[in-house]
Amino acid sequence: MRKAYRSPIRRLVAPMALVLVMLLTAGCLSKPWNNPYPARDSDKNILYSSFEERPKHLDPVRSYSSNEYAFIAQIYEPPFQYDFLRRPYRLAPLSATRLPKVTYYDAKGKPVDAEAASGDITMAVYEIEIRPGIHYQPHPAFAKDENGAFLYHDLSTEEIEAANRLADFPRTGTRELVAADFVYQIKRLAFPHLHSPIRGLMADYIIGFDAYGKRLQKVFDTHKGKNGTGWLDLRQYPLEGVEAIGRYRFRIRLKQKYPQFAYWLAMPFFAPMPWEADRFYAQPGMAEHNITLDWYPVGTGPFMLTENNPNLRMVLSRNPNFHGESYPEQGDPGDAEAGLLRDAGKPMPFIDKAIYSLEKESIPYWNKFLQGYYDSSGISSDSFDQAVQFSAQGEAQLTDAMRKKGIKLLTAVSTSISYMGFNMRDPVIGGLSESARLLRQAISIAVDYEEYISIFANGRGVPAQGPIPPGIFGYRPPPRGVNHYVYEVVNGKPHRKPIEEARRLLAKAGYPGGRKADTGEPLILYFDVTASGPDDKARLNWVRKQFARLGIQLVLRTTDYNRFQEKMRKGTAQIFWWGWNADYPDPENFFFLLYGPNGKVAHGGENAANYANPEFDRLFERMKNMRNSPERQKVIDEMMEIVRRDAPWVWGMFPKAFSLHHAWYHNVKPNLMANNTLKYRRVDPQLRKQKRLAWNPPVLWPIGLLLALLMVSAIPAVVTWRRRERSAAR
Amino acid sequence: MMAYIIRRVLYAIPILIGVNILTFVLFFVINSPDDMARMHLGVKRVTPEAIESWKREHGYDKPLLYNDRAAGAARFTDTIFFQKSLKLFQFDFGLSDSGRDIGYDISQRMWPSLAIAVPVLFIGLLVNISYALLIAFFRATYIDFWSVVLLVMMMSISSLFYIIGGQYLVSKVLHLVPISGYDTGLAAIKFLILPVIIGVVGGIGAGTRWYRTLFLEEINKDYVRTARAKGLSERLVLFRHVLKNALIPILTGVVVVLPLLFMGSLITESFFGIPGLGSYTIDAINRQDFAIVRAMVFLGSVLYILGLILTDISYTLVDPRVRLS
Repeated sequence: MRKAYRSPIRRLVAPMALVLVMLLTAGCLSKPWNNPYPARDSDKNILYSSFEERPKHLDPVRSYSSNEYAFIAQIYEPPFQYDFLRRPYRLAPLSATRLPKVTYYDAKGKPVDAEAASGDITMAVYEIEIRPGIHYQPHPAFAKDENGAFLYHDLSTEEIEAANRLADFPRTGTRELVAADFVYQIKRLAFPHLHSPIRGLMADYIIGFDAYGKRLQKVFDTHKGKNGTGWLDLRQYPLEGVEAIGRYRFRIRLKQKYPQFAYWLAMPFFAPMPWEADRFYAQPGMAEHNITLDWYPVGTGPFMLTENNPNLRMVLSRNPNFHGESYPEQGDPGDAEAGLLRDAGKPMPFIDKAIYSLEKESIPYWNKFLQGYYDSSGISSDSFDQAVQFSAQGEAQLTDAMRKKGIKLLTAVSTSISYMGFNMRDPVIGGLSESARLLRQAISIAVDYEEYISIFANGRGVPAQGPIPPGIFGYRPPPRGVNHYVYEVVNGKPHRKPIEEARRLLAKAGYPGGRKADTGEPLILYFDVTASGPDDKARLNWVRKQFARLGIQLVLRTTDYNRFQEKMRKGTAQIFWWGWNADYPDPENFFFLLYGPNGKVAHGGENAANYANPEFDRLFERMKNMRNSPERQKVIDEMMEIVRRDAPWVWGMFPKAFSLHHAWYHNVKPNLMANNTLKYRRVDPQLRKQKRLAWNPPVLWPIGLLLALLMVSAIPAVVTWRRRERSAAR
Repeated sequence: MMAYIIRRVLYAIPILIGVNILTFVLFFVINSPDDMARMHLGVKRVTPEAIESWKREHGYDKPLLYNDRAAGAARFTDTIFFQKSLKLFQFDFGLSDSGRDIGYDISQRMWPSLAIAVPVLFIGLLVNISYALLIAFFRATYIDFWSVVLLVMMMSISSLFYIIGGQYLVSKVLHLVPISGYDTGLAAIKFLILPVIIGVVGGIGAGTRWYRTLFLEEINKDYVRTARAKGLSERLVLFRHVLKNALIPILTGVVVVLPLLFMGSLITESFFGIPGLGSYTIDAINRQDFAIVRAMVFLGSVLYILGLILTDISYTLVDPRVRLS
């Protein structure tokens, strides 16, 4: 039999195709298919994270939210920062050379001791010296031509028309940070046109601040362009209480003693602002082309914002002009064992870039973390059981699946509080009468926050014994710090008093069994709340049941956010949920929420319950100016006793933050005060690359199976088709 | 036909004014200018002076619809409604309440929306029409029966299930494409595969059933019987006669949605992290940014009217019996 002839080329086709398929397959399998980032970045020293919502403001004069600080705190450098490792929280110099030198003066202008009575101090002077040699990030606002003239300060309409991004101005420059830049920024805080949220607060303290703001606004309205155009050169308008005293030193004068002011100096509000940037962005037409300081920050920090596309991603890249900073060499006991001092003394930052991707939904966010595409993650309620389990002792620990992946869990009690407030202006539930006080105490016992935390927060919270969370001066752990109006101490731990005790108090208040003693009518209370989804329904039913345990009928008045805020402002809400996130680690920042002159209705302040107790207010005024000392603790104890007795809030809970991070992510220690923590982070890109490859092999066989199934199922159809085609017309 | 188009465009003006008034009233029933100011200024330490200042700078310090302190025409023109609406009709969307150029944002965000919507539309059409023709060919057989069962099942499933299920299966279990994200240029393809597949699969149930109905209606007409009597094969009858005549309602359905493809899909874009226009309006509502809400509703209305006009024109192109007058 004659053997069929096959040309050499045809003979090679099959093996070549096989090799090609193998090469392609090998090439494809050597990197994950589901990698959302370019494969070329796999080895790079990049940190991957996400954000849920577009930051509203990146201008430090306005920015006041944690999601905004996540970016600008890496870019802007105020004079001070919080020590990364050491607790309790303490300030450390950042762009300043040392902590501020504060001098107090009396009415005659003579220096007085810091411990002098507050009334004797009529001026506090903060002198801050900054480090020389700090330079701003490269930015077009500093770019100059050969003659030293600014390249982009007097752009024509056509040039601005042609630009839509900062990158459309290719030339950049820099200059050294000077004390006048801090002064310039404080003047910006005073300018009403810029809507700084702390303008009102600072007007109470900085000398001449309020009048200065009004003067600026008047000048701006009369002489300069309106609607955001035109530049007001703030250097031409001196502010009485703030001045530069040399190239590297500036002074802030306050009307009174305000020890918490140093904490404000660690927030981006007080970061330096170069006048050149203000001048550059204020050119007519820039805002219309989305080129504003609110979108493109200019700082001296370790990172700069190189891509701002908050609909997709935001990218922070290493600032080539960064002055340099070393990783801390000292920490708390246990930090060395936890590996937190492994990089001690090494220059920061460790990463070259941080890419933040927009993730609105928790499911893809969580899955990408598990696939290794995010380096760290919070835990949503949906994925909590997958990630965390509680031991018999009630201790949170990772599930086996997480441990196998080398994931680590960190928990920290937040410096914030979530509480249920009573409107103290309300005729039934409010006021300082004994009846109302007993009624609130009874409700405080009945509303079982331990149960709430267990059901609705997956155990992520600590029941509050008062307004001060752990980690803040003034907090006392159990048994001494237990609120004895609501809890009993059993074996040194707080145990909620039985419901019978609450019923007894209720009867004593004049509502036996939840009915008015004189008329027999049921006691009806109103809970004002914003509710938007099915989750809220379960939560609200739970609240209603807590009140029902006392026989009190609770009417839920659900409304939208705006109406709810209006009720709070007008004082027509009766019982409500509220919360507070600390600005700084001082008890003043929590007790001021209960200070009478801060009442929301009467003064537009942050005292949402409108609580006013003269004795408490007197103690608050004394405590707020004291340094942390046993004497201050004593005053705090007295204040705590008053508010626990008056019970203007059901103290609620201090939320506990749970975070997960992968094995390649280092130098992570919860620091709830510091926002500029990106510079401390270190990643191991090689380990990350290996893990991503191991965790994400493409699985192809189900596709083959699907195709086969389709082909098999098509056979009867094809048979029928052919039979029909051959049959006679019907 | 030109007269017809001009007339339709003129009809559109009162409709757009009506839509604009309705949007305005609905928005301000829920949100007052004070609420908007508070939303933009933040919740902590906001003073009444700051609120007044914000309202003045953004033009929300005027009465809403009628200014009884003004005289003459200014009673209507010196109002938030007039001041904010006039430029819309020149397609000048202005700045958002947070200071962004709305026109620029729309021009940037419509491309990702189109990158999903266009392939979903055309691949979906191809798949649905092919499947519907197949069912029509095998009408009254077990293939027809089980296909209808399958299609009804697919119609009954929420689009959210397709998205979450698709992400779970294709991205999490099989590791074939990224679970979410987006990029520009060709790098966008790997992010588009899954949303497009899910968009097509999610539309098969309703789409195929609709086309099946159209084909079956055509297939029982006299001209089809005549074609069969002439001895044409069933394949030729379907493709040469039935498909051609069923194109008119198909075209109507397609042309009317073409302009709306720009508007994107809220859920898909949100779950896949696609920076399109779908989430733009919802984000604006959540942020109480009236400038964006008004611009997007106006744009949606214009595009819908445009779609209807295009549909009418397309009738004349595919059906010689239709004449616009």
